[in-house]
Amino acid sequence: MWFYEKKLQYPVKVSKCNPMLAKYLIEQYGGADGELAAALRYLNQRYTIPDKVKGLLTDIGTEEFAHLEMIATMVYKLTKDATPEQLKAAGLGEYYADHDKALFYVNAAGNPWTATYIQAKGDPIADLYEDIAAEEKARATYQWLIDMSDDPDINDALAFLREREVVHSQRFREAVEILKEEQGKKKFF
Amino acid sequence: MSTKKLPPEFYKCLEELQAIDFAIVELQLYLDTHPNDHEAIQQFNELAKERKRLKKTIETMYGPLQQFGNSFSGYPWNWNDPPWPWQI
Repeated sequence: MWFYEKKLQYPVKVSKCNPMLAKYLIEQYGGADGELAAALRYLNQRYTIPDKVKGLLTDIGTEEFAHLEMIATMVYKLTKDATPEQLKAAGLGEYYADHDKALFYVNAAGNPWTATYIQAKGDPIADLYEDIAAEEKARATYQWLIDMSDDPDINDALAFLREREVVHSQRFREAVEILKEEQGKKKFF
Repeated sequence: MSTKKLPPEFYKCLEELQAIDFAIVELQLYLDTHPNDHEAIQQFNELAKERKRLKKTIETMYGPLQQFGNSFSGYPWNWNDPPWPWQI
């Protein structure tokens, strides 16, 4: 069971209409290292992960949906006042032809989200290492996005998201240590 | 449906709740890997109490923050009243 709360995890403000920035940001909506992939990856892995780390995967997976909503809010606010001409000039003509200004799970290059972005290996160490890598890749993407953006309000929210990836990576690393310790104990049985 | 006019205190309270929830999320994830940190658990429980109080205050201005029975409804049913988070 899940509950929705009618508020963003962190305030999202937008300085001005900027469809080109939205086109880049959508990488974190429907891209390989984006928030949808993260949420679905963790919440799906948790069924077979050892009990010791089920809570962590549940909680980080849930937080990723809050991040997904923040990215959606950025894309929505950056494009809502754009004309079709402005969208075309920003490289979103093809997107507009298919979706108008509706949000859709694609990456910055327009490729639709695919389950091949994620894995559930059933091996807890393999799964957690993938999760750590995913967080580091997402952190890097947020940095590249900040480097390209000149919107101080967007950059504030992107910096928040970048820092969350750092915390998640740290917690996943601790989860690996917890499992290694458990494995070590089992040797004595 | 017309967007209701929200008082300035609403925006202040919302930011306050976002700040408290940030600390709660941090503690939640931290405790997932440090389950024996007594002080952190105490902090967590104190903040949980604080957020409960603030949630109630916000809901008197904004309407329900949560669904499925975690918030009470006004009359008429006001869950669907804008603004939604991405409209704020």
